[in-house]
Amino acid sequence: MELSRGARVALRLAMALGLAVIYVPLALVLVNSFNASRSFAWPPSGLSTRWWTAAWQETGLREALYTSLKAGLGATAIAVVLGTMAAFAVTRYRFFGRQAVSFLLILPLALPGIVTGIALNAAFRTVLTPLGIGFGLFTVVVGHATFCIVVVFNNVAARLRRLAPTAEEASADLGAHTFQTFWYVTLPAVRSALFAGALLAFALSFDEIVVTTFTAGPGTQTLPLWIFDNLARPDQGPIVDVVAALLIVLSIVPVYLAQRLSGEVLR
Amino acid sequence: MTPPVRRLAGALHRRPRLRLAALISAPMAWLALAYLGALVVLLVSAFWTTNEFTSNIDYLWNTDNFRTVLTDPLYRNVALRTLGIAAAVTLIDAVIAFPMAFYMARVARPRSRRLLLVAVLTPLWAGYLVKAYAWWVMLSHGGVIDWIAAPFGGGSPGFGIPAVVIVLSYLWLPYMILPLYTAFEQLPDSLLAASGDLGARPWRTFVGVVLPLVKPAVIAGSIFTFSLSLGDYLTVQIVGGTTQMLGNVIASNVTLNLPLAAAVSCVPVLIIVGYLLAVRRTGALDNL
Repeated sequence: MELSRGARVALRLAMALGLAVIYVPLALVLVNSFNASRSFAWPPSGLSTRWWTAAWQETGLREALYTSLKAGLGATAIAVVLGTMAAFAVTRYRFFGRQAVSFLLILPLALPGIVTGIALNAAFRTVLTPLGIGFGLFTVVVGHATFCIVVVFNNVAARLRRLAPTAEEASADLGAHTFQTFWYVTLPAVRSALFAGALLAFALSFDEIVVTTFTAGPGTQTLPLWIFDNLARPDQGPIVDVVAALLIVLSIVPVYLAQRLSGEVLR
Repeated sequence: MTPPVRRLAGALHRRPRLRLAALISAPMAWLALAYLGALVVLLVSAFWTTNEFTSNIDYLWNTDNFRTVLTDPLYRNVALRTLGIAAAVTLIDAVIAFPMAFYMARVARPRSRRLLLVAVLTPLWAGYLVKAYAWWVMLSHGGVIDWIAAPFGGGSPGFGIPAVVIVLSYLWLPYMILPLYTAFEQLPDSLLAASGDLGARPWRTFVGVVLPLVKPAVIAGSIFTFSLSLGDYLTVQIVGGTTQMLGNVIASNVTLNLPLAAAVSCVPVLIIVGYLLAVRRTGALDNL
């Protein structure tokens, strides 16, 4: 389809405008974190790094970050194990209810977070509280793992579907038993997909707030919960901005890792 | 004597059903216990009632909560408002994503395609709250939007339904661009060339050939923009002023009146399941 010159220019303009709309709000957060004044009146009256220093000294913030890391690692570990097992089962076997398994896996991500959140809240209240297990990091990890399984599953299952069984058959012919074949042949072949899934699962857990709100106890505060809590406090505004700016800068890390991983696939 | 590991491996190798059972039981047990179990608890609790005087739950089976949700105009208005916001967000995202995805996939040089894709998808990693917060700052009184609009005699729309629609559209835009980009990229050149050879002008080709081919992708994107907007309640809290969406009604009732919250949460679930069933025929679900 040969586009006219005018159409090309218009499309390029739309693209540039779209990218501007995507990036201007994020750039403003970065600039505002150096805004000397306490309010976010625009333009800034002066620049200073004092809010970055103040954020560094905020102990609640550091604890929330630590809680988020623990929750993310716990949920990712469970999701990697269960998601990989489910991926092998669904791609390597034909069995009754296979469609239902795929559907059940995606359900926690497809339904609104608030429905998942209050369902888990109600279930924990009915089942765990009588057992003496209160709301805390454990319940957050259980909640996050439930919707993280599907992202690991999707990545690993996609790789397994493209993987020819010949290498595994050769391994078995050469005398390796089931576990040796898995460890030396299958696992290396799915490793990058496994990492990509784990990365996505961790990011999903690290950013999650809705399910977290309903599964965290009063003493457990993840980073998103901390941000939301402090958003409402006018005197904490600049520090929230520093945290937001930091998270924007840090979002380059997973993008870089994902690029490295997809490079590995192409090689 | 063979070592136990090898014996176990042999036993598993001979029995594929046993291997399958070993693989599937743990993930299914987790999802059935932690997730389906929780959903059942929620659904069952929708049939209970909260005692108005003691705020305790009366475990008496009845459908009062559902009757309240269906007949009380408050819930009908909130549901309609939520539907309207979700539809508006989907429409806006489709309109913005269309030219961007088309440019990325068919006009930009192949080398810059990948770069543009990364540029569009990177903000997904920046976090939901961070982005909602960024808009909260921009929309607030004396913020950037006031500053830009002031010379034209305008100002920030403030916190309300327009702000909610803007921020939700911003949040879910990448989910619409990605499937559209893939669809435009997979368009066979031969079909476009054939349309041109048969005398169709670019616009005619676009409407007659391109649009029908990318329709499943638009629907796939709309599943994300629509259902994510339908269940949202934090963006509304941050930039919505006093606006209430279904999510807020559910969230505000969880601690005080769980049975009612459970009944209200059936509304978005039914809408989303209905939407998924309606679009299943178009093949959009294979595009996810």
